Amino acid sequence: MSLLELRGVHTHIGAYHILHGVDLSVREGEVTMLLGRNGAGKTTTLRTIMGLWPASAGSVTFQGRTIQGLPTPDIAQAGIGYVPESMGIFGDLTVQENMLLAARSARRADEFDAKRLQWIFGLFPALQKFWLFPAGKLSGGQKQMLAVARAIVEPRALLLIDEPSKGLAPSIIQNLVRALRELKAQRCTVLLVEQNFSVARALGDRVAVMDNGRVVHAGEMAQLAEDEALQQRLLGLSLGAHQ
Amino acid sequence: MNAPARIPKAQFDFKPLALLAGVAALGLPLIGSPSTWVTLTVAGLAMGLIIFIIASGLTLVFGLMDVLNFGHGVFIAAGAFVATSVIAGMGGWAEAPGLWPNLGALFVAMLAAMAVAGALGFAFERLIVRPVYGQHLKQILITMGGMIVGEEIIKMIWGPQQQPLPLPTSLRGSFVFGDVAIEKYRVLAVAIGLLVFAVLLWVLGRTKIGLLIRAGVQDREMVESLGYRIRRLFVGVFVAGSALAGLGGVMWGLNQQIVSPQIGAQVNVLIFIVIIIGGLGSTLGCFVGALLMGLLANYIGFLAPKLALFTNIALMVAILLWRPQGLYPVKTV
Amino acid sequence: MTMLSRLLSHDLPRNRWLAAALLLIVLGLAFAPFLFPGSKALGVAAKMLVFIVLVASYDLLLGYTGIVSFAHTMFFGLGAYGVAIASNRMGEGWAAVATGTAAALALSLLLSLVIGLFSLRVKAIFFAMITLAVASAFQTLASQLSELTGGEDGLSFRNPAWLSPSFEPFEQPFLGVALDGKLLCYYLLFVAAVLLFLLLLRIVNSPFGRVLQAIRENDFRAEALGYRTVVYRTLSNVLSALFATLAGVLLALWLRYTGPDTTLSFEIMLDILLIVVIGGMGTMYGAVLGSVLFVLAQNYLQDLLKLTSGAFDGVPLLGTVLSPDRWLLWLGVLFVLSVYHFPAGIVGRLRVLRSGAARREGP
Repeated sequence: MSLLELRGVHTHIGAYHILHGVDLSVREGEVTMLLGRNGAGKTTTLRTIMGLWPASAGSVTFQGRTIQGLPTPDIAQAGIGYVPESMGIFGDLTVQENMLLAARSARRADEFDAKRLQWIFGLFPALQKFWLFPAGKLSGGQKQMLAVARAIVEPRALLLIDEPSKGLAPSIIQNLVRALRELKAQRCTVLLVEQNFSVARALGDRVAVMDNGRVVHAGEMAQLAEDEALQQRLLGLSLGAHQ
Repeated sequence: MNAPARIPKAQFDFKPLALLAGVAALGLPLIGSPSTWVTLTVAGLAMGLIIFIIASGLTLVFGLMDVLNFGHGVFIAAGAFVATSVIAGMGGWAEAPGLWPNLGALFVAMLAAMAVAGALGFAFERLIVRPVYGQHLKQILITMGGMIVGEEIIKMIWGPQQQPLPLPTSLRGSFVFGDVAIEKYRVLAVAIGLLVFAVLLWVLGRTKIGLLIRAGVQDREMVESLGYRIRRLFVGVFVAGSALAGLGGVMWGLNQQIVSPQIGAQVNVLIFIVIIIGGLGSTLGCFVGALLMGLLANYIGFLAPKLALFTNIALMVAILLWRPQGLYPVKTV
Repeated sequence: MTMLSRLLSHDLPRNRWLAAALLLIVLGLAFAPFLFPGSKALGVAAKMLVFIVLVASYDLLLGYTGIVSFAHTMFFGLGAYGVAIASNRMGEGWAAVATGTAAALALSLLLSLVIGLFSLRVKAIFFAMITLAVASAFQTLASQLSELTGGEDGLSFRNPAWLSPSFEPFEQPFLGVALDGKLLCYYLLFVAAVLLFLLLLRIVNSPFGRVLQAIRENDFRAEALGYRTVVYRTLSNVLSALFATLAGVLLALWLRYTGPDTTLSFEIMLDILLIVVIGGMGTMYGAVLGSVLFVLAQNYLQDLLKLTSGAFDGVPLLGTVLSPDRWLLWLGVLFVLSVYHFPAGIVGRLRVLRSGAARREGP
């Protein structure tokens, strides 16, 4: 039961050929890690799935439906939540307004699903504390939490998360990992791009490693975690001299 | 969910508003006579608010979709000319001595102007702007071209000469309080301007559409990633902006009591300066900037008429030196 | 052939029709006084020469560097006013012309430098708006300083003796044309226009010109390759302004009058835009072709349309739409279509047709 399937996906940005035939399979209810060094094409893959950059060849199917070529809003409405690397926080809007936007079915602040909101506040207490604060004034870690909270304020079939731990202090990362673990316990399907291998190992069920616009290894996370030599070979790629 | 009351919301940036008040206050000693000051201030506020009405649509359109319509002036002209026809056609109501028929004629003229300008905006967006999304150079050129074509069409329908746009009878003249004379029309203009401002603030701050617009101004891609078809919203904003420009055209024309086909090109420069001063995409900035422009134009027009024509440029340079992104920057350019 | 190629800086027309048209234009303008008698015709030819330089200098900025500026008429006006004011103040003569030209060039240099350095760092849209505001301010300045500039009425002045119509060294007309100062003035314009145009061709085909084009295509890339784009853009701005100033000088010499409406009006700025886009951005020859066609249309199309509109007088809408006063409408429509469909204008279209044909006939 492959929830998301990429077959032979190529992406061009202007004259640059970034993805050279990506094959990727994300199984329902699992957390799939997307690893690889900078420039391998991980972010491009996520953006291509979201339709922000159109695939020039290949197919992207979600829940059996072809989604490549659809406009981004349609892809989002199909049930995919996206947390970009830049977090995409609307700085001028309050935390509440950010969350309200993400809750498509709520027209006003009092139409939030109270139970779900309480659960989110349990995961990220800071959001409750700064509920009426302009989001731009939050710290980096708090913004990241808001970005993730936005993606889960309503249930989504698939979450695409791009490097959530980047630049965050270790304690915040712990917080994030805990939150993602709870999501995982709820059988939420996640495709997570992560440079931090310890985070990846803690969360991932499956792993796909990218290099030069292709997926060069796909398999169980547990298997990769135990195989030092494989790690060396692949991580030699992901922690290479090019940064 | 309880939001702890002790956590402060954003500190509101009062400085530009203080500047506005400061300019008004400074005018008093410089001008000397309080009665003249009142007249000039009301005139300045009226002019500023009319400019705000016209520019508000333009700044939102730019903020939201990165489209700068150099042809925005054509909606101003269209609105003004439609009003000339309506007022002429409703001569009975406009010339009647009572207030209500006069206001009725005015109201109909404004509605007609907004409808025509809005429709023109719809066509403009589809034919001229949509084909060149994202290509700034072509946008500048093609919207200019659109304005040329629009102006020629106006000349075709109404002729190339200036047309009179007389005020309805009961709106002519001034209220007199002792020494102070305040033109009746200007009071109405201020009222309408503040109403438009209030409505805009309400829509932007209290409705979900307003939320989408504000978010879209900051990060269009993210709004789409959250599942909103923001392009459709954009057409709506463009049409609303054109309709507002049409309304502003009527009011501008009534202020001068005469309308010429070049009115669009003339006001163009003013509104561009205003939205640069205010910060591209910021409604509040546009408001304050327009009022500053209106007040300064009237004060300096009285104090040093020779310098009056340079106040706009000088204001722009001064504001940009203080805040290069405008009074209330919204977009990270 | 190679000599001609070197003269044109190796930037050949590359199309039979274009080359034929250009040749026709050059010959027509060179022998205009003899081919088209009458002062109106000569005036039209002179205006063509001035516009060729004016629009070509704008093409350097818009077509080759990709910058939209609405301040071009300001530099045009500076040149014209320079000569006019100097001739008025210093008394007419070559000294006045030289002083006026030098002063105008210096002021243009300064202004374009300031505008360039301050505004070229910002987005194109900001820059366009700022130039619009600056040009508008300059226009009001010119009409306000009436003691200096003659205000709304402008300044009339006399040319140096040799260029005056009253200068008649030969009593006998040559081939039906009086050999007087006016003729000399025309040929001064002709030679100057040719030289300035060839100089512009040389500039856009030099390494400097190629960097400009690279910046126009992708300024990030150019910057990454090590070119300081602000410097190049500013230089382009300055050069464009200087050539426009010289065009202004030529206009003033011809008209012996300068006023806000001959040089500074926004209509002229729009005309320049129309010509450069319809003629062909980034081609230089587009400026030549476009200016000639535009000035011809401006002066003679009305008469032509009068004929046709007469035929449609009974028909309500068609009559007004085809009326001679509405030629700007059609030009505007053509402009909008050009921006979207034919960014390289008439010249670009001609060249594409040619290469398309060549491909079809290929081996």
